[in-house]
Amino acid sequence: MTRPIIEARGVHKHFGALHVLKGVDLVVAERELVFVIGPSGSGKSTLLRCLNRLEEPSAGSIVVDGIDLLDRRTDINAARRRIGMVFQGFNLYPHMTALGNVTLALRKVLGLPRAEAEARGRAALERVHLADRADHYPGQLSGGQQQRVAIARAIALEPRVMLFDEPTSALDPELVGGVLAVMRELREDGMTMVVVSHEMGFARAAADRVLFMADGMVVEEGTPGEIFGAPRHERTRTFISQIERT
Amino acid sequence: MGWEDFAAAFLNLAIMREASPILVQGLVQTILLSLLVVPLGLIGGTALALLSTVRHPLVRWPLMAWVDVFRALPPLVLLVFLYAGLPFAGLELPAWGAVAIGFFLNTGAYYGEILRAGIESVPREQMEAARSTGLTGGQAMAYVVLPQAVRNVLPDLISNTLEVVKLTSIASVVALPELLYQARQAQSVTYNASPIVAAAAVYSVLLWPVVRLLSRLENRQLAARR
Repeated sequence: MTRPIIEARGVHKHFGALHVLKGVDLVVAERELVFVIGPSGSGKSTLLRCLNRLEEPSAGSIVVDGIDLLDRRTDINAARRRIGMVFQGFNLYPHMTALGNVTLALRKVLGLPRAEAEARGRAALERVHLADRADHYPGQLSGGQQQRVAIARAIALEPRVMLFDEPTSALDPELVGGVLAVMRELREDGMTMVVVSHEMGFARAAADRVLFMADGMVVEEGTPGEIFGAPRHERTRTFISQIERT
Repeated sequence: MGWEDFAAAFLNLAIMREASPILVQGLVQTILLSLLVVPLGLIGGTALALLSTVRHPLVRWPLMAWVDVFRALPPLVLLVFLYAGLPFAGLELPAWGAVAIGFFLNTGAYYGEILRAGIESVPREQMEAARSTGLTGGQAMAYVVLPQAVRNVLPDLISNTLEVVKLTSIASVVALPELLYQARQAQSVTYNASPIVAAAAVYSVLLWPVVRLLSRLENRQLAARR
């Protein structure tokens, strides 16, 4: 195992009286693809959102690419450039074209001049096979296309890590394939990825490791073969059989 | 009392022509006032709307009180107080200064509430997505949230602007001779209402394109909602 690029230790998160994460460890090596599965309310999305500090952990430590995210002196905006995130609801900016969505951070965060930002933005759209949609607004794109633009928006910043929060859950079934294909290509290019999703077929084919979470804890983890084929814990077994039935 | 008497009292072209120089002066004054108070109100409103995104009670409660007070206070009373009341506290404001502050406070509170509703209409996820790419909170607000917020409440903003332009007529109480004031002066000199009718016509011509734009926007929003 190469050096970890994500090292989260003992992460706790409280929402008021609710204890959502109860001491979660997540260590991800470079170029690794880790899947996080679990029932809703298990804390998997919260964990993911802690990894770029969209959610502030109540306790624990999170180091990404050598940056201590929870250190008060850390420039969180600089750190987030290295951590791309893709959301369940795409969250594209509806008032900007696909290219505008992709280039905003290139211009305002990296400070690239417009021409350079657009060249890089078009290259990112090319990688998600939407070069011909650069001038379309989100409202003119299908859900699958919107999600691929959202991926382009994140990878244009050349992050070291990509976080996917249920990237296909809001999509019609026939649109899922295109998004997964783009994710597979990213993986083949060596991107480190943490994916919260129930796309079991994709997990089997592409994941290095699968974590099963329940009640704010990691119940078990292993290769896709181990978790899906021979889960050790009763909770994991029940959950797997439930999602396999759907 | 027939049509001719009515026309002589209200639509007297000769009197309108006679009054036209001071009506034009009044119109210029009204336009200048609008060009002053609308941007001031928008600046004040934007500041209030941005402050409203701060959840801290030390910001929230004073802000709420501020907005409530300046929306509840009749703008005419506010203006009279600023112009005629403050000198007793040793602060003498020029007429334009009193108008600028009064409208900043009153109009700003209204614009502020409209813009606040606009900001709240933008899903929280937009801010999160922007922040996740490394934009600062301020950048995310300026480039992602505010443009959508303004677009969502544009009809209300325009509607309020129409009201503000008409409200500039209260500047006459601090001796700024705007359009309606000049028309009333002409009326009292000529004992004839025609200058008032002329002023009304000027207001209509001035504001009618904005009213048209407004109803087109409202129709489009209705269509988009379907």
